[in-house]
Amino acid sequence: MSEFYTSTDHFVLLPALMLALFGCATLLFDFWVFPHEKQRRWLLLFLVLGEIFAGVAYWRQQAFLNDHGGVLTAFNGTLTVDQFALYFHWIFLITALLVGLISYRYFEAKREHHGEYYALVLLAQAGMYFLASGTDLVTLFVGLETMAVTFYVLVGFLRADPRSNEAALKYLLLGGFSSGFLAYGFSLLYGISASTKLSDIALAVANRDPYDPILYLALVTVTVGVLFKIAAVPFHMWAPDAYEGAPTVVTAFLAVGSKAASFALLLRLFLGPLEAARDAWEPLLIAAAILSMTIGNLAAVTQTNTKRLLAYSSINHAGYMLLGVVAGNATGIQGVLIYMLVYVFMTIGAFLILVALNRDETSGEDVDDLRGLMSKNPAHAIWMLIFLLSLAGIPPTAGFIGKYFIFLSLIESGRYVLAVIATVYVAVAIYYYLRLVKSMFVEDPEREPTPLAVSFGTRVALVVSGIATLLIGVYPEPFIRFAQQSFLR
Amino acid sequence: MESSFLHPITTAHYLVLSAALLLIGTIGLLVRRNVVVMMMSIELILNAVNVNLVAFSRHLQDLGGQIFAIFVIVVAVAEAAVGLGILIALFRNKETVQIDEIDLLKW
Repeated sequence: MSEFYTSTDHFVLLPALMLALFGCATLLFDFWVFPHEKQRRWLLLFLVLGEIFAGVAYWRQQAFLNDHGGVLTAFNGTLTVDQFALYFHWIFLITALLVGLISYRYFEAKREHHGEYYALVLLAQAGMYFLASGTDLVTLFVGLETMAVTFYVLVGFLRADPRSNEAALKYLLLGGFSSGFLAYGFSLLYGISASTKLSDIALAVANRDPYDPILYLALVTVTVGVLFKIAAVPFHMWAPDAYEGAPTVVTAFLAVGSKAASFALLLRLFLGPLEAARDAWEPLLIAAAILSMTIGNLAAVTQTNTKRLLAYSSINHAGYMLLGVVAGNATGIQGVLIYMLVYVFMTIGAFLILVALNRDETSGEDVDDLRGLMSKNPAHAIWMLIFLLSLAGIPPTAGFIGKYFIFLSLIESGRYVLAVIATVYVAVAIYYYLRLVKSMFVEDPEREPTPLAVSFGTRVALVVSGIATLLIGVYPEPFIRFAQQSFLR
Repeated sequence: MESSFLHPITTAHYLVLSAALLLIGTIGLLVRRNVVVMMMSIELILNAVNVNLVAFSRHLQDLGGQIFAIFVIVVAVAEAAVGLGILIALFRNKETVQIDEIDLLKW
């Protein structure tokens, strides 16, 4: 065997080390240096520093790949850094930074501002690192669980709030169940290939009939597990509850970070080793995509809680991204990657308006809380309008670019029926997003308009995600090129 | 002397056992209403995975499966610890462990 810990291993692992290191440092400093509630804001600095160090490591990896091409593998082929992994690493980094910026004021208002929060965000991101970079079943599974377990804690972070506890419990039960199924599928894949490496599994899968019972059972269980994690119908039941009960900032992190990482896993598995068995899994993913768009849209129409509505909207978006995987051609994969980037900014943006609406007297979670936002705070109303138009996929916002590539890939690969269905559902989605817009702009506020005070961090995050949503919509070329060079192989 | 009714236990037997554990765990999670029992059902599913991994590991004469099984055990422990912690937090607020009484959010 080779050396135990080479300099390449270190180079590849460095970002995850930085994230974990700063996560642990946050815990220590919370305990020793910042015992008072007001000082805990400084812990945000640790999150930012951790991201900066990880970002520098990513930047160096990116430079190395640009110079030498190809991929970097480490730890005897269990970790890989390629353009695909780096694309997702940048997404996780942006997500964690934006979520960190909007968090401190929210938790101070809830009187639950604990240093563990920043540590958990960093550690969850370390788990995501292994999901995007792992090329071995063990690495992927451990990364997935690191992320999932930290998310269970984050969802239940408001300890005194029974709704937060309940959301965490339901998420844990269904999340644990899905991890079990995924691990069962992994164990069968190990059984047919005598190795946990994805490259060996690819060979074993290619040599088998896709309808061979063990391989088919493995495919079904892995698909079930992954669909749970990306919250696609029929395995979406946890999402509305977890999204509604979780602290709103955690909902944003869950909706974006967890979904992006799970899609990284899905693409790694289904376009890597399982590509050879496409005939067997494609119908499953098509069914899940159509159901996700149907249930996601129809259930969103009747919701009165904005967080629940956005949960169904995220289920709907998962359906669209699955269609890109189903199409499977270069346009489709590129479409999924761009859609993911777009989804980060517009979803965090929408949740961040809800965070800003959170006051002592209103939770900001009812659809009615948005009423008359235009007369209370025009700037927020206009940003929210941009995010909602983007979520609906209307040009010139970023959401349109994401959907455009998905539709294009479906047409290029000759799946016209799917393209028609997807287009019809865009029309349905416009209805419930515009319902929110109507209550913001047309209806009168229930109470005397109180001007909203917004923290500096929230303002920065709002401007960043708003400008990104517009910029990707108006001038998408650099982002498309970034996604184009990032898809697998 | 080999008796006719004592067949050696083959890998296939272990796979059937593991499939049975997976099924029992799934049914337990779906029909039981006590949260602690539901968590035990999840443990059963993860143990089904372990039985599979160790059986394959022996069958294939490859140590990778046993190493994977150790990781699965560690993950199961972490999940159970967090799960019980969340359950205690919930019990402080609601005084129940029955899932059908935990209904603040639409299920």
